[in-house]
Amino acid sequence: MFLQQVVNGLTLGSTYAVIALGYTLIFGVLNIVNMAHGEIFMIGAFVGLMLVTKFNVSIFVALAGAMVVGAALGYLLERVALRPLRRREVSHLAPLISTIGVSIFLESLALKIFGPQAQSFPPLYSGQLFEIGTLKISLIQIIILAISFGLMLALRFWLDKTKLGKSIRATAENIETAGLLGIDTRKVIVLTVMLASGLGAVAGVLVGLAFNAVEPTMGISMGFKGLAVLILGGLGNVTGAMIGGLILGIAEVFSVAYGSSSYREAVAFGLIIFLLFLRPQGLFGSQTSQGGR
Amino acid sequence: MIKMKNAIRKWTVTTLAIMFTVAVAGCGGSQSAAPGNSAGGAAKIGVVSFLSGGGAAYGEAIRQGLELARDEINAKGKTKLELIFEDSKGEKNEAINATNKLIHKDNVLAIIGPTLSGEMFAAGPIASQAGVSIMGTSTTAEGITDIGDYVFRNSLPESLALPNVVKKAKDKFSLKKVAVMYSNNNDFTVSGFKTFEQAIKDNGLETVTVETFADKDTDFSAQLTKIAALKPDAIIISALYQEAALILKKAREIGITIPIIGNNGFNSPQLIKLAGSASEGAVVASPWFPGKDDAKVKNFVAAFKAKYNKEPDQFSAQAYDAMYIMADAIEKAGTTTDRKKLRDSLATVKDFQGVTGKFAFDAKRNPAMDVTILVVKDGKFTELK
Repeated sequence: MFLQQVVNGLTLGSTYAVIALGYTLIFGVLNIVNMAHGEIFMIGAFVGLMLVTKFNVSIFVALAGAMVVGAALGYLLERVALRPLRRREVSHLAPLISTIGVSIFLESLALKIFGPQAQSFPPLYSGQLFEIGTLKISLIQIIILAISFGLMLALRFWLDKTKLGKSIRATAENIETAGLLGIDTRKVIVLTVMLASGLGAVAGVLVGLAFNAVEPTMGISMGFKGLAVLILGGLGNVTGAMIGGLILGIAEVFSVAYGSSSYREAVAFGLIIFLLFLRPQGLFGSQTSQGGR
Repeated sequence: MIKMKNAIRKWTVTTLAIMFTVAVAGCGGSQSAAPGNSAGGAAKIGVVSFLSGGGAAYGEAIRQGLELARDEINAKGKTKLELIFEDSKGEKNEAINATNKLIHKDNVLAIIGPTLSGEMFAAGPIASQAGVSIMGTSTTAEGITDIGDYVFRNSLPESLALPNVVKKAKDKFSLKKVAVMYSNNNDFTVSGFKTFEQAIKDNGLETVTVETFADKDTDFSAQLTKIAALKPDAIIISALYQEAALILKKAREIGITIPIIGNNGFNSPQLIKLAGSASEGAVVASPWFPGKDDAKVKNFVAAFKAKYNKEPDQFSAQAYDAMYIMADAIEKAGTTTDRKKLRDSLATVKDFQGVTGKFAFDAKRNPAMDVTILVVKDGKFTELK
């Protein structure tokens, strides 16, 4: 039972981690919180759902489709809500507000197109259980764990080893210096927002698969959890987002399993406050604030 | 170059603005239309219903049942009815506002609704104080009619339904120990849990664990994992259909195959639609069974299917009966304006033959009616024998 709950927690936590990665990437490069991320996540879930139910494609194609649509939305978000403000060098709060605008727009749009009812994935992958000793893992849990951990590792490797990844990290470190060193920072920013939104959309499909409730307001609570993980992990720190997501997921599941479910969020967020007392800069944040932009 | 970029930017902003306007205008359009001039001598009945938001399917089903009955009654010509719909959005505040508007602005004769028991606890006292009869068609929690002398309901209260379903399931599946789950932030599901708790005790069953969750929760894996480890003979759940469907799906997904017994929230085709094959074997008590061999039931199902292209659920059926009960009382009272007379007429309704069976109001304005136990089999509610 303990191991079983650990698996439940990891499944939940890995989806939180993928959502938080989107916030982290954008925060790292642009130093802004993208409030529309939760809604891009929700649109991703709907795109995946539509691909599976209307076009009968496999879940992997649906994931890829959601990622493409998510990335396209990310591009639009950057062009419509972020770039115009950046060019005018307005305050840091302005993009926060403009992304809130985009999030409200996306939510109303989804409400209009898909209606308020929660919809769910067809039971294609449910019912199949793998038993390892006393541990039972469903195929859905395996798919979710494999995809989210796969994405996290791939992203980690890509940021570390490839030229593009390095240019993202350089831009995150200091945008002016990166520009001076010949990195096309404008392209890097577009790329980062697209990548983050693509990841958000994939997380949407995974959460839709896990909990079978795809609806227009699902982005709000998930968005807040992603934000909490962003802060817990250390602002803009990719490893921090991964570990932070897993901690939040396990904390939630364990507070239900060994306590009372009414307090799942209270316990989880209480834990975050406690951890931030110990390490105000987040689990993996650096001591001194960097860049100072 | 810069000029062109500016043009593009302006264009995108304009498009965005237009789409926004359309979206907002669209939302506004779904509001119920304002009542026009009342037709001569028609009785004005206000309806407070959960027409948008998480439980909109309940409110929609109720609206359809009421409208079908209204059209039939108006076609017969003895009593003329006019319905004025107000959306409560499932919130107590909205239900209070809607009730006030119907009583003081629209001057209705009586009110049907609201949809949720929690809304009735908020809106009932207002109607009762104003001397306007208010009749719930889906309010099943304990103590609804204790609110006041003007509060009625024709919905099968859970205090009648749940002990029946627990007893039947115990005999049928020879249950000894059960696990219980309920949503603890909803008056209706908490009341259902208390009734279940009493019924479990009365039937001599052992409760291995009580797990809670909240409306709008989506992750039930922790609770169900815990329940699976305790190996009960059945799970008893008090929830609305949305959470109920998610619990059923998750339970079957992690290999829980024992019977799952539900409260009235399970009592909707939406449950089967959302949970799919995972709903097989779900057991529920219902006043309504569309497969019943009865001319009245068959006519109603056929008319409903012809009008809305789907099978009526319990909520449509009870709303349909409520409209007829109301029309009956209005006819007997012989008035379309005297609220007090209508109340006294309603209180004496008995031997009414509706689609949910023989019906009467008891001394406390609760229904006295029959209960059928249903089980989901091959994607349909069928009678559990």
